[in-house]
Amino acid sequence: MKTTHPTGSTAATSTKEGNHAVMHSQMASRASGDVGRGAPRLAAAFAALAALAAPALAFAQDAAAPVANKGDVAWLLVCAALVIFMTLPGLALFYGGLVRSKNVLSVLIQTLIVFSLVAILWALYGYSLAFTPGNAFIGGFDRVFAKGLDATAMGATFTKGVYIPELVFFVFQGAFACITCALIIGAFAERVKFAGVLLFTVLWFTFAYTPMAHMVWFFPGPDAFTSNDAVPGVLAQSGFLFARGALDFAGGTVVHINAAIAGLVGSYVIGKRVGYGREAIKPHNLTLTMVGASILWVGWFGFNAGSALEANAVAAQAFVNTFLATAAAVLGWTTVEWLSKGKPSMLGAASGAVAGLVAITPAAGFVGLCGAIIIGALAGAVCLWGVNGLKRLLGADDALDVFGVHGVGGILGALLTGVFASPSLGGAGIWDYVTETALPDYSIASQVWIQLQGVLVTVVLSGTVALIAFLIVKYTVGLRVSEESEREGLDITSHGESAYEN
Amino acid sequence: MKLITAIIRPFKLDEVREALTEVGVSGITVTEVKGFGRQKGHTELYRGAEYVVDFLPKLKVECAVAESLLEAALEALANAARTGKVGDGKIFVQSLERTVRIRTGELDDDAL
Repeated sequence: MKTTHPTGSTAATSTKEGNHAVMHSQMASRASGDVGRGAPRLAAAFAALAALAAPALAFAQDAAAPVANKGDVAWLLVCAALVIFMTLPGLALFYGGLVRSKNVLSVLIQTLIVFSLVAILWALYGYSLAFTPGNAFIGGFDRVFAKGLDATAMGATFTKGVYIPELVFFVFQGAFACITCALIIGAFAERVKFAGVLLFTVLWFTFAYTPMAHMVWFFPGPDAFTSNDAVPGVLAQSGFLFARGALDFAGGTVVHINAAIAGLVGSYVIGKRVGYGREAIKPHNLTLTMVGASILWVGWFGFNAGSALEANAVAAQAFVNTFLATAAAVLGWTTVEWLSKGKPSMLGAASGAVAGLVAITPAAGFVGLCGAIIIGALAGAVCLWGVNGLKRLLGADDALDVFGVHGVGGILGALLTGVFASPSLGGAGIWDYVTETALPDYSIASQVWIQLQGVLVTVVLSGTVALIAFLIVKYTVGLRVSEESEREGLDITSHGESAYEN
Repeated sequence: MKLITAIIRPFKLDEVREALTEVGVSGITVTEVKGFGRQKGHTELYRGAEYVVDFLPKLKVECAVAESLLEAALEALANAARTGKVGDGKIFVQSLERTVRIRTGELDDDAL
């Protein structure tokens, strides 16, 4: 927060997962607490009264320059690298193995290029639109072209008086933006035009990803919550969903539902693959897929535990939940598949792992161990339905089941976060940043309703932006290759190379 | 001279080679092939998508033998390739008109 930011407030403050704040009351040792959602809730109540109470808020008092904790910095830099590792090569291999051998290179290069493109856009304007003060829906231009983003800039965490270098926050969040855009590739794989992927990525990243990240994660930082009177003013400066109190620890809405809806819309607009439903279109190398899924799991420890923004007990909670929910999801998917289809498949188990990772993402720092296991097990079973019954209902050729796994798992996880964050079920409850304690009361029903609002906002925003973006692509550079090119394979026809000898 | 063409189960190749060598067949050619016969294919399930695999992988073994060796070779081959279950494959025999050993120019039986 503070420091270099022109407005004085913080750019970085951002804190993703804003809410993540919630923490368990028993974790007393962590006095400092994360940002709390409690506050937001309270705030909602007060909001009517005191709308713009205190614009200038908190920053006045920091006379001394904030100093980052070296442990936090080291941990978060490692986490950023882990999240990058999720995309390259994790997601690339996971997707690469699932397509036919004639298209594997096309999926790998799309992942690599989308990642690289978004990384640059993130520095040019994406970070600024997501994580600087603006309105409730989108940030401002304070950090455009990385202005002021140097080694002296500091950002907020979820604890009052604890800061990290803004560069750390920038790269950690940038890795999230990259993987979100790369996830969408799976939906229109095996027939998309390369230039179309690039143009779509620019449009969707700009008009769907940055506003979602801002709405869910941006707030002025815990220092701003100086008193109950200050809360409405702080929330007025925060993102729309953050202020409403939606819980999203590491990106269930921003990353998974967001990407999945874009993918689903894309699979409708682009149409089914040639031969879909008539010819055998099957994965060419499930070994790559297993390697990719495993890398995703490892990388996800950075994704979820790093979202605590500090090397503390909340990070440990998210880490352990990511460990357990994923294992439960593997077992859940495999059990249901074994019972219903007759055989437990490797692809099923690997898909279950990803489903569990997706579902625990919004809940990671908020729920207890048993809650994580239940969320994971349910995600495994429900996402199996997502790629079977639901997929048939939807009738779209979502080639690599982006919606069936990330959409269904993301929505399930978002809603169950509202359930299992309840202290009565072992969760952390709602954190009040003002008092730095968990609020005494927690209503599962009202929190699930807030969670559902977060889901609906994501679905509407991402769906609308994706539809417009895909149509623009379709009628400009083109969205789909010719049927002849598709039959021959994108590796040869789009990229002039082939992965294997035969 | 006869040309024996056998379609066999892939895992039976070593036994077939040994059996043919024992009766005096001096060379075989093996090709990986796919096809169908009475053996049913199988289904594969990838998440929600189910595919019936009609063509099963087999090996095609070819060897040219002198008339005098034919019966022994057929018996050895059939015994070695047999499991008793549907899908063991088939053996075809055709007459062979000419044979040339490329290195020496020897012809017919001398070339086998």
